[in-house]
Amino acid sequence: MSCAVSARGLAYRYPNGQPALAGVDLQVEHGERLALLGPNGAGKTTLVFHLNGLLVGEGTLEVAGLEVGKDTLHEVRARVGVVFQDPDDQLFMPTVREDVAFGPLNQGLDRAEVGARVEEALATVRMRHALERAPHQLSMGERRRVAIATVLAMHPRLLVLDEPSANLDPRSRRELIDVLASIERTMLVVTHDLPFAAELCERAVILAGGRIVADDACEAILSDAGALARHDLELPAGFDVTLVERRRRPRETTPALAAA
Amino acid sequence: MSAFCNQAIELTGLAGDRASSVHRLDPRAKLVGFLGITLVAVSTPLAAWPAWVACALALAAVATVARVGPGVIWRRARLILPPVLFVAVFLPFVRGGESVDVGPLSLSVAGLETLLSVSAKATIGVVGAVLLGATTTFPSVLQALESLRVPRLFTLIAAFTYRYLFVVLEEVQRMRAALASRGYRPRHALQAAAIGRVATALFLRSYARGERVYLAMLARGYSGTMHRLEPLAFRGADAAFLAALAAVLVPVRIVAGLS
Repeated sequence: MSCAVSARGLAYRYPNGQPALAGVDLQVEHGERLALLGPNGAGKTTLVFHLNGLLVGEGTLEVAGLEVGKDTLHEVRARVGVVFQDPDDQLFMPTVREDVAFGPLNQGLDRAEVGARVEEALATVRMRHALERAPHQLSMGERRRVAIATVLAMHPRLLVLDEPSANLDPRSRRELIDVLASIERTMLVVTHDLPFAAELCERAVILAGGRIVADDACEAILSDAGALARHDLELPAGFDVTLVERRRRPRETTPALAAA
Repeated sequence: MSAFCNQAIELTGLAGDRASSVHRLDPRAKLVGFLGITLVAVSTPLAAWPAWVACALALAAVATVARVGPGVIWRRARLILPPVLFVAVFLPFVRGGESVDVGPLSLSVAGLETLLSVSAKATIGVVGAVLLGATTTFPSVLQALESLRVPRLFTLIAAFTYRYLFVVLEEVQRMRAALASRGYRPRHALQAAAIGRVATALFLRSYARGERVYLAMLARGYSGTMHRLEPLAFRGADAAFLAALAAVLVPVRIVAGLS
C-alpha cells in the first residue's frame, strides 16, 4: 500500500532564488500522526504548500496515493485538507455554514450531501451551534475549530495543520487537542508547541535549512535536548516528556469505527 | 473587539422580529419591492406629492409587520441622510427666480421646492434601504443581486468587503492604539505623515491577506465559480408582497401625476 506522503528529494527555490526546501525526504504512513517541528524559516509552511500543490518544486512527491502535478491538482486538493495558520484567511465566506460548504460544493457534491457533511464536520469540531454565525463573531479558538471543519467536510485522507495551537488561550488549546484527538485521520501537524506535539503525535521530524534533520518517535526527539537546542526548539522549563500521556487514536479505542 | 466595531455591527444586520413574514420573504422580492418604492418616489414631482405619502405609508406598513421600530430606523438612517441632505440645504440660498423673505433671509421659491422634493425622495429611499438591511442579511441581498443577473465580480467584491471589513477595522484599531501608546498626538499637519504610513501598512497587509485567502480558496478546490448552498425560492407570499405594493403605489402615482 502506498504511503500517505512520500517525498523524495523535494526541492524548491523562491522566485528570488532563495532556497526554501533543499531535498526533503519524508514518508508518512496511513493513519500516522506526525509532528513537523523546526525553527522559523525552516521551510515548514513551504512544505505544507507543496502537499496540496499550491507550490510545485523539483523531486517527486506523492500524496494520498497521487503524484502531485498539474493533472492531479484537483484530486490532490480533495484528498489533502490544509488548515492554515490564520483562520481569518481560511474563513472567507459570510457565514460558518457557507464556509464549511465551500469545499464540498467545489467537489461537485449534491446539496443534500453537502448539507449532511456540513453538519457532520461541525459536530466533529463541536461547533454545530455556530452554523449561522459570521466568522468575525467567533473567538480565536472557535475560528480555528471551524477552519478545521471546513477541510474535514471534504473528507480528506490527510489532514495538514499549520501551527494549530498558535494564539490560543489554554482552554481553547485544550479543546483543540480534544477535537484533534477524536479525529481519525492521517495528520501532519506543523508546530512550535512541543507539549502539543507530545500529546498528539507518535512521531516527529525536525525540518531545518530545508532538510529533514531528525526523524524519530516523538518522545525520542523531544528528549534530545541537544538536537532541540541546535534547531531553536525548547520545551517549557520543567517539562518531562516521559510523563506525557499521549492521546490514543480513535481507531485504537473504537475498533468498530476502524472496521467501518 | 473595539467599541467602534461593536457600533458598526449594531448598526448593520437584522433587526425587528426575525421570524416576521417580511424577514422570511425571498430577498429578491424585498430587493425589487424596495427598489420599486424608491423608483416611484424618485419619479414623483412635487405636484404629485400624494405618491410620496403612499410610499411612506407602504414603508410604515412593512416596518410594522417586521416590527422594526422607529428608533432603529432613525439610528441607521441618520448615518446616511445628512450627507445627502447637506447639498440640498443650500439650494434655497443659491437658486434664482421668485423669492420669499423669511426673517432676515431671502429664500428662492424654486430652491425651497427642490429642497422639499429632494428631502422627501432621499428619506424614502434611505428608509427603504434601512428596512431592506434590517429584514435581510447582507449575504442574502448579495445572493438576490446575483440571481438578478448582477455581474458576479461585483457581488464577490461586495462579499469579500463585508467579510474582511471587520478584520481590517480591528487592524486599524490596533495600529491606532500602537501609535497612541507611543505618545502620538498630532498637533500640526506635518505630523499627520504617520497616518499615511498606517494607511500604507494597512494596504500592504490587506494585499498580503488577499493572497493568503486566495491560496486558502485554491486549497479547497476553488476553480473560479462560487457554488451556492441554498437556492432561492420565490413563493406565493413573495408574489403577494410585490402585487400589494404595485396595487397601492402604481395607481396613486398615476392619479397623483394627472392632477
